[in-house]
Formats: sequence, C-alpha cells, structure tokens
Amino acid sequence: MQQVNLLLTSLPDGILLGFVFGLAAMGLAMIWGVMNVINLSHGSMIALGMFGTFMLFIRLGIHPYLGMVLIAIVGLVSGVVIYFIAVHRVINAPHLSSLLATFSVNMIIIGIGTAIFTTSPYNVDFNMGSFRLGSTTILGTRLIAALIAILFTAGLYLFLYKTRPGKYIRAVTNNRAAAELMGVPSTRILALSFGLGTMLAAVSGALIATFFPFSILSGGGYELKSFVIGVLGGLGNPIGALVGGLVLGVLEGIIPAFLETSWVPVIEFALFVVILLVKPTGLFGAKR
Amino acid sequence: MKTWQRHPGIILPLLVVAGLVLWPVISGNESDRETSFTILKAIALASSLNILLGYTGYVSFGHIVFYGFGGYVGIFTVDQLGWSIFPGILAGGIASGLLAFLLGKAILRLRGAYFALATIGVNEAMKAFINNFDLFGGPIGMVLKFSVYKPYGGAARALGMSFYLLAGLVFITIIVSHVIRTSKFGLGLQAIRENEDAAEVMGVVTPNVKTWAYVLSAIVPGMVGVLFFFKNGLIEPPVAFPLHASIELLVMVMLGGQGTVLGPILGAFAYQGMRGYLVISEIFKDIQLSVAGVLLLLIVLFIPAGAVGWLRHRIPTLRRVLA
Repeated sequence: MQQVNLLLTSLPDGILLGFVFGLAAMGLAMIWGVMNVINLSHGSMIALGMFGTFMLFIRLGIHPYLGMVLIAIVGLVSGVVIYFIAVHRVINAPHLSSLLATFSVNMIIIGIGTAIFTTSPYNVDFNMGSFRLGSTTILGTRLIAALIAILFTAGLYLFLYKTRPGKYIRAVTNNRAAAELMGVPSTRILALSFGLGTMLAAVSGALIATFFPFSILSGGGYELKSFVIGVLGGLGNPIGALVGGLVLGVLEGIIPAFLETSWVPVIEFALFVVILLVKPTGLFGAKR
Repeated sequence: MKTWQRHPGIILPLLVVAGLVLWPVISGNESDRETSFTILKAIALASSLNILLGYTGYVSFGHIVFYGFGGYVGIFTVDQLGWSIFPGILAGGIASGLLAFLLGKAILRLRGAYFALATIGVNEAMKAFINNFDLFGGPIGMVLKFSVYKPYGGAARALGMSFYLLAGLVFITIIVSHVIRTSKFGLGLQAIRENEDAAEVMGVVTPNVKTWAYVLSAIVPGMVGVLFFFKNGLIEPPVAFPLHASIELLVMVMLGGQGTVLGPILGAFAYQGMRGYLVISEIFKDIQLSVAGVLLLLIVLFIPAGAVGWLRHRIPTLRRVLA
C-alpha cells in the first residue's frame, strides 16, 4: 500500500518531466535522422538554454515563457552557424570526425560559459503555483513545461508533414542523393535541420531551468538522457522521441517505488545498451 | 642489429618514452616526476585505445570504463584482501580483460555510431552500478590505509615505485601495439577497419578478431587504473569513470594519428603538454577548454589523419620510420 502511494506521488511528476526530456531528445534524434551525426554539442546547447532563461528573466525581467521564443530563435540561428563551421566539412567523413567536431564545439561553448558563469549552480526563482491531484502536488511550472513540449512536438509534426521545407527535410532523411537529384537544396536543408535540433535542445533547457537548479555543466546529464530516450523512441524518429521521453519518465516514476533512487541510472543505461543490441531501431522503429 | 632493421617503426616510440622516463630521473625533481607520470599514463591509455580505434576502426566513447573497473578490482584486492600491489595490478588487468571479453561478445555486433553510443551506455551503467555496490564502498569509494604502503618502504617510496611500474607498463604497451600492427592478427584488424564485410569474405573471423582486439585494448587501462589509484590512495565513482576522459583519449589519438604506433604517444604528449600550459597561462587559463576545443576542431576539419598520418602522407621517405 505504501508503494502504491509512493507510485501515485512520483508517477505524475515523472510523466510531466518525461515530456520535457522527450523534447530535448527530439532535437538529437532529428539531427541523427537527417544527417547520421551524433550531436555531442547537444548538452551544451541545453545548458545555454538554461542560462538564456536566467539572463532574460533575472537580469532583464522578461517572462520566461516569452523569453523562450527569443531563446528558440537564437538556438535556431546558432545551430545553423555551428553546422556551417563545424559539421558541413565532415558530413561525409567517418563517424569519428563528426563526433569529435561536435564535441569540440561542446568544449568551446562550455569553456566560454565557464569563464562567464563559473561552474557554480544557478537557480531561477520562478513560480506558477501548484495544485493537488489526489494525494500528489503538481507544480504549475512542470505542467506548463509539459504542455509546451507537446505543443512544440505538434508544431514540428505539422512543419515536417505540411510545409515544403519540412517535406524537404523528410526527403533528405530518406535518401539524400535522391533528394538532391530531385532538386532539393540539400546543404540548406541539412543546416536547417541542425538548427531545428539545436533549437529544441535550447528550448528544453529553458523549460528545465524553470524548475531545476542548473550549472553550465548540467547539460551533460540531460544529453545522456537524450541518448537513452532517442534509442528508446528510435534514433532518427523525432516524434518517437516524445514517446521515448514518456517511457523514461514513467520508469523514473516507477523505479523509486521499488528500489532506491540511486538504482535508476543503472537500470536506465542497462536498458539503453540492451535496446541498442536487440532493437537498434528503437521500440517504435524509425521510419526507414 | 638485424631485428632493429626489421622493425624501424618501434625505435622512435621507444626513444620518446625512454626520454620521458629518464627526464625526472636526471632532474631528480619530484614535480617533474608527477608531470611525467601524467603523460605516461595518457600514453598508455591512448595507445591501448588505438588498438581498437586506430587498427580496428571502432570508436569507443567508454574506454575509461576499463580503467575504472580494473582500478576498483585491484584496489579492492589491495585494500580489503590485503594483497600486494603486484598481484593487484594483474588482477585489475585480468578483470578488465574479462569485462571486455563479455562486453565484446555483445556490443561488438554493433557498428559505427551505434557501437559508440553503446560504449557510453556501458560506462554510465557501470558508474551508476559501482555507486550502489557496497562491496566497493558505494558512493564513498575506498580509501587506502596508510599501512598499505609500509611493505614498499613508506608512501614516498611507493610513489617512486609506481612511477617505474608505470614506465614498464608503457614500454610493454608500445611493444604490444607494434607487434599487433605488424602481425597477421593486426592485418585482420586493419582489414576490418577498411571494410568489415570484405574482410569477412576474405576469411577474417571478424567476431573473434574484434573481441580479442577489444580484450587487448582493455587490459592495459585496467592495470594503469590500479597503479594510479594505488598512488592516489583513494578511489570513488566519479574519479574512476569520467566520461570526458574517454573523449580526451580520442582527441589524443586523433591528434597524433590513429592507426600508428607513434601517433598516440605524440598525441598524448602534445595534449597533456598543451593542457598543462593553458591551465597556468595568464591569458588562457579561464578559457583553456575553449582554446583546446578550437584546436581540436581545426585538426578534425583540416588534418583528420593526425600529425603522423599527415607526415607519412607528405614525406613518403619517412614512412619506414614513422609507423
């Protein structure tokens, strides 16, 4: 009975967080799907999103959800810039090159961030109230964050399936050579996809900052979560990432009811390796 | 003399390492010895990673897992079972080799980025597991008692001894690396790197060959881990399994030139030297990570074969010496 109670308190929270983590993973899955690049600068962009919220809200007094629009735009632009500087030259090189290129971007961002913000933890003191659902208390910020994550997913879905650039992105995902022969401007589409992936990372960082303390280094942990979620939902399947995030959120909600919380990462990463081995296309299968 | 002529590629690596070992011996300065220890450790780890990365072409982001796991097993035998450090080092190496064997049977089926991702997962899963594993001290880890160093003539003498042990290990690593590169086994690995399917068709038993390459690359980090944490006196999960250290090793191998014996040595030397300089320099100390990042990016974009690879490409007459 005690376990059921514990489950009821931790599960809703886990689900809400799962949506936000899913949003971050969507960015990673998108870049992987379109250009077969594992973006190791993902974590640092999440961290930049967090500090974006901090700067805009604490320093300039802009409302976090309004500031998020600005963060999204900056994220998109910096993603495109990163693509042209670091990724474009190695897009057809072996995996090691693109992994190291994006990792060096990660080092550059973290280095500058450390010089400006140091590595000490920051906190955005922001409250949207809370309400009770049965025996659990749900924080307003988390509920809104989850809703925004769902909104972004719906927007991305519409973009990918209803607009011309979106269809181009899907065409390049399917077969870049064929898409180029059909007249798709592949370089611009690759840059746009990288920008979108980076934007999703920055936005999820901005959302996480409204309810968790953070430092310039905390992006790394969320990047690892994104890997796990990406593999759960199928790398290269951005929409599946949201479902993967939900699965991870539910797991994080359920496991503490039966085991100590410190076992959560053990199970998560073991699951990650097992899924890679058994079904590398993810639980829901990438569209390939 | 004949043997040297047949193996010109090993001379330069051995000379570099010998120089590194002799430098603190001649200067007699203890801080020089610490610097040399750090560089030698990086050389051993990078050279062992090169067996998998450079020869076989498999990108591992979790090479440090063998260093941490071997270190834990070795320190456990020294601290809890009261073994001497020598069998402790062997135990660490064997434990890492076994881990690599079991892991290799499973994850070496994956290729390319999937393998790289799986190795990240393995590293994080192991770190989280050790964090919960009470026999190894859980999140607190293990602290070596001062009396552990007594049989070696006190802590100061034990520090000196671990330096020479590490030097020995580095020599063995380089010789093994060279022997693999010139052997039939190594040819099989390089065939896998170029085209795994073609290698299989040509009769390379790829699953076995890959597994043995993985095991060979794991043993040295396990032994180095035991030595380092014996010298350190303390082992705890975040210090034993730092993910970024795995990536630093990749950088070293890339910097010097993957798939060569000399490359990882030069890369480790250059990277550690550069880091040492950046950390203390007035201008760069705050953004040393960024400077290193810019350098790495330039190398990846413009000299992907690394320093040795580039030299081999540019000056063909050097190819015999720069192996």
